[in-house]
Parts: sequence; C-alpha cells; structure tokens
Amino acid sequence: MTAGQLPRWVDYGLMPALNVAAAFLVSGLVVLLIGENPVEAVKVLVWGSLGRNEGIGFTLFYATNFIFTGLAVAIAFHAGLFNIGGEGQAYLGGLGVALACLALDRYVPWWVTLPFAVLGAAAFGAAWAFIPAILQAKRGSHVVITTIMFNFIAASLMVYLLVNLLSKRGSMQPETRTFESGGRLPLLQDVLPGTDFGSAPVNFSFLLALAACLLVWIVVWRTRLGYEIRTFGANPVAAVYAGISPLRITVVTMLMSGGLAGMMAINEIMGSQHRLLIEFVSGYGFVGIAVALMGRAHPVGIVFAAVLFGMLYQGGAELAFEMPTITRDMIVVIQGLVILFAGALEHMFRPALLRIFGVLAARPAPAA
Amino acid sequence: MVMKSVILGAAAAVLLAGTALAQEIQPAVVYDLGGKNDKSFNEAAFIGAEKFKAETGIDYRDFEIQNDSQREQALRNFARRGANPVIAIGFLHANALEKVAKEFPDTSFAIVDMVVDLPNVRSILFKEHEGSYIVGKLAAMASESGKVGFVGGMDIQLIRKFACGYKQGVKETKADAEIFENMTGSTGAAFNDPVKGGELAKSQIDRGADVIYHAAGATGLGVLQAAADAGKLGIGVDSNQNALHPGKVLTSMLKRVDVAVEKAFTDAKDGKWTSGIYSLGLAEGGVDWALDDNNKALITEEMKSAVDQAKADIISGKIAVHDYMATESCPF
Repeated sequence: MTAGQLPRWVDYGLMPALNVAAAFLVSGLVVLLIGENPVEAVKVLVWGSLGRNEGIGFTLFYATNFIFTGLAVAIAFHAGLFNIGGEGQAYLGGLGVALACLALDRYVPWWVTLPFAVLGAAAFGAAWAFIPAILQAKRGSHVVITTIMFNFIAASLMVYLLVNLLSKRGSMQPETRTFESGGRLPLLQDVLPGTDFGSAPVNFSFLLALAACLLVWIVVWRTRLGYEIRTFGANPVAAVYAGISPLRITVVTMLMSGGLAGMMAINEIMGSQHRLLIEFVSGYGFVGIAVALMGRAHPVGIVFAAVLFGMLYQGGAELAFEMPTITRDMIVVIQGLVILFAGALEHMFRPALLRIFGVLAARPAPAA
Repeated sequence: MVMKSVILGAAAAVLLAGTALAQEIQPAVVYDLGGKNDKSFNEAAFIGAEKFKAETGIDYRDFEIQNDSQREQALRNFARRGANPVIAIGFLHANALEKVAKEFPDTSFAIVDMVVDLPNVRSILFKEHEGSYIVGKLAAMASESGKVGFVGGMDIQLIRKFACGYKQGVKETKADAEIFENMTGSTGAAFNDPVKGGELAKSQIDRGADVIYHAAGATGLGVLQAAADAGKLGIGVDSNQNALHPGKVLTSMLKRVDVAVEKAFTDAKDGKWTSGIYSLGLAEGGVDWALDDNNKALITEEMKSAVDQAKADIISGKIAVHDYMATESCPF
C-alpha cells in the first residue's frame, strides 16, 4: 500500500457508508425541521423498502433500472467519457424493445421474444449514443453537451412516433397497444421458486441486470478492449502513444454505454408496463450517474448503490404515503442529499480517513 | 396473491375501523405527474377535494406520483387501506386502475379523462372541444386583426382536441380568420414552461394575432402574461384564469374537474355512488366559459348573445363540434 492510498474495503465500503450516513443525518434534520419525527421516518422508509416482500420486490424493480443505467455511465467513465444521455438512450431502447414485442408477441413465447428485445434495446440505445460518440471522436464536440441535447431530440422523436404512428386508434393515450403474453417477461417470483414479491413488478430482467454486471466486469477488467478503455481513460495521450485509437475507443465505449442504457427499457417496457408509453424513463437515466459515482464505477458497487436508490424510491413512496406532511418533493430532497454526499462530496471524508489509516499502517504489523 | 391482498385489505380495514366510524367514508385522490399545485388540471382536482373537506369535515388522503410504476402502487395502497372512493386524476392512470379495480371489486374508483369499463369504476370525461368551440367563437368576435392564436402544451391527442374545437369555433364565426397554432414541446415539461409559452405567444402577436388561447397548464401563465404585456387578449383554460390579468384575459375555458371530484366524493358519502361513463359537456356543466367582473367589459352584448346561442345549439345538437379523438384528425 503506497502513501495516500486507502485499503480497498475502506475505499469501497466504509467511505460510501459514511457518505450515506451523513446524507441521512442531514435529511433527518430536514425532517425534524418540518415537524416530523426523523427516527419514525427512517423506520417507515426502511420498513417500506425492505420490511415486506412487496417492498423488497419494488426495491429490486427500481434497482434493476438503476443497475443498467449505472453500468452505462460507469463503462463510459472508464474511458474518461461522461455519458449523461442515458435518459434518451433508454427512451430509444424502449422503442427497440417495443418493436420486437409488437412484432412477435402474438406468435412466440416470451423467451423467444427476449433475445430480440435485448438486441433491439441495445441496438437502439447504442445507435442513439453513436452520433455523440462520432462527434466527440472526430470533431471534439464534448459528449456532455451532445448527449444531453440528444435527450431532448429523443423525447421529441418518441412523442412524434407515439402520437402519430404507434398509438392505438381512438385512444387518448400516447402509447402502443398492450403486449400479449409473448411480449411479457415473467415475474421474478415465478422464475425463482420459493420467492414471493406480492404485486411488485420485479421480473426476469433483474437476472439480466446481474448478468450485465458480470459481462461489464469481464469486458473492463479481463479483456484487451477493457485494458485499452481504461488506459485511454487514465491518460489519453499515453494511450495514443501506445497505439490505441482514440476514435475506436470513444465510439466502441459509447456504443456499449448506450446499449446498456437502452437495456433499462427491457425492465420497464417488457417487464412491467407491457406497452411503450410516453416518458417511461422518468429520470432513471440521470439517477444512473449518481449510482455509478457511488458505486465507484465497479459492477459490485453499482449493484449496492442501485439497491440503495431502489430503497430510496420505494421507501420514499411509502414515506410520502404514510406521512402526508412529507411530500414527494421532500423525498427528492433526501435523494438529492444522498447524491450530493455520495457523488459531489465523495472525498469529504477521505483526508480524515487517510490520516487515520496512515497512522494505523505506519505501525509495524504485529507478527505478520 | 389476490387473496393475500384481500386479507391484507381486510386487516387494514379493521385497523382503520376506528376512523371509519367517526367519518363515514375515506376518500382518496391520486394526482398525475404534474402534482397537485400545477395551477391547472391537477390543482382543479385538489380544489374539489378541499371543497368537499371544507363542507363536510371529512378528511381525504392524496398522493402525488413520481413515476409510472407508482400509479398502480398508490391506487393499490389506498384500496388496501380501506380508502373508498379512490379517484385517479389523468388518463395515464387507466391501465393501473384497470388492474387494481379488478383486485378490489368492493372499492369504488373513478378516473378523469379516460374510460375504464369496469362495474366499480366511474369514468369521467370532458367534452373539451365544446368549451373550446365557445371560446373560439369569442376569440373570433373579439379579434380586430382577424388573426388569433393557440398555444398548446405537450403535443398529444388531448391537446389537439382543444385546438380543433377552438379552430372550428373561430372558422364558423369568421371564415377568413387566420389561426396560428403552436405546441410548446414534446415532454411533460411542455406543461410547465411559462418562458417558452410567453415566447410562442409573442411570436404569434408579432404575426398579427390579438387573441391567444392556451391549453398548456403552467406554460399558459406565460402566454397570458405575454398577451397582457402586449396589450392583447389571452384566453385561460381549465380553471377560471380571468383574474390573473383583469381586463386582459378575454375569458377562460372551464373544465370542471373540481366539480367532478367533489361530486364523486359527495355521491359516495350519500350512498349514491354510480359507476359508468360520465361525459360532461356544455349540457352537463362540465365545460363552460367564464364571465365575471374581470372580463365583463370585454364581452359585448352581441358576443354574449352569440355564444349563448351557440351553447344552446351545441346542447340541442344543431351545431356538431368535431371531436378530434373520433377521427384523429382535424378538418379545420
């Protein structure tokens, strides 16, 4: 261990835990300020998200979304790219899923549709990331700017398609018809025997998300491409010197990132809503940034961060339900504080921890 | 699973029995994504619920959803805890409501702006095109330039329905009138962007429009502001917005979501709940135009008698206002 470094368990475990604890302390103060009991609020939040089968189901359902969008942001991080277009890429991914489901749902069972839906989601999401990637690689247009712009273009495109081309005739709703059973993923409780998540929509795509985590880990840490990506991210100049093509890495990474973001739509569209509807992404793409930051861009960290945000979403809804004085805007404040402490202020505790562990490490280890 | 929910629901009902005795019903409202303070559609529902509370002293519960998955969750949570009736505001709740209403056949539900065909659901629809026709007529008569404008929120069928009725009202009053039509955007944010609404209104004014109708939620506040600033006339929507800029708002197209919500609660309280489709147009008082102290100087006798006549003709069926939803196109 060199100076200035922390043991891995501190970096990946203790520090995020401290950040979350700090966020909850400040949130507690806010809750106190509006005249509610913060201990009671935490109890409702945790009980609502982990205390009941259905709560756990919802937590995992939200976590599935966050794993996909978190992975999308994380893989781009490794190449030094900041993809904040997950929102738009997931929206387009939904189109890919819906087209596969609409074409096949009446003829084949779900497990035949699924590979096409995955392909559609990944291809459409990746395609939406392709133009910003090319612009970045060839013209130096920053992906932060272009990807966020593409979110708006995606919204306009999808509204156009849903209102004019894909919606059911005579319906006021900008959405496609509901998929038949061939376009619906089974619920997780039907896949894993012995589990019961009540009426929560957690479904097969949770397993898909875990598989995606493994795949991302293999690609980033166990392949030549992953090595090139990390090299490019750590030092682009050195990467070029080593014969790595910035164009190729930028485009390939963004395609993977967009594809992962697009896969989020499998959970929402094929797993839960069973139809393509307007604005279904509703911020999951942006929360993915916080999830990736908090999970230190590592798949294991992302799973934990995604579950935490799933808890905040589900527990937050229960909280707004149980304590009417805590409105949904309060829940956003709490989520915001977690993002602030875990993301923006992630290094707040680092100097102190470094000092503590520096002292500990300086001591001669007894008989080791 | 359904069985389990029923048992849980029964348990919740027992727990809540104490309060249920003190007040006969436990009404609940689930708002759409805009939230209950959107100054427009959801707020109208909130006002209706508040009015019921003020009149009867019966408290209600409400929930503002944050994402689509919460629709079903919120409706089920309310039903499970013994709330009755449960009103879903906005057509986007339809699928969720259909599922939950089947699980809780003994609970009464209502949905605004959509039909859910189940024995325990009251579907409340509004004939927005009729109200829009009326304000279109007023716009055409008030306009000196012969050019009028329309600013919509999000470009979806519902808003096109407003636009189409308005255009028919204008054209059938003044055949050569010119109508500028703009939608603010393609996301939900288009209902909450007063700055852009103001810019769209200004550009229509620059092209000669002197009366502008909005169907754009909070975005419309910018439309009315821009019209008032330029000395032109705006037309409000959903709630009575005449008082926002007295003398500068020609009228407002009222969509009485508040009345519908209050009536649903009252019917439940009095044991007069009925399910089925309620289509509320001019005849039923579900849509109307606003005339009060703020705009009475703007409405001439001639205009008033013309719209009174048009209103009577629509109610009697002599004037058929085209419903955009019927054909998904607007002939005007």
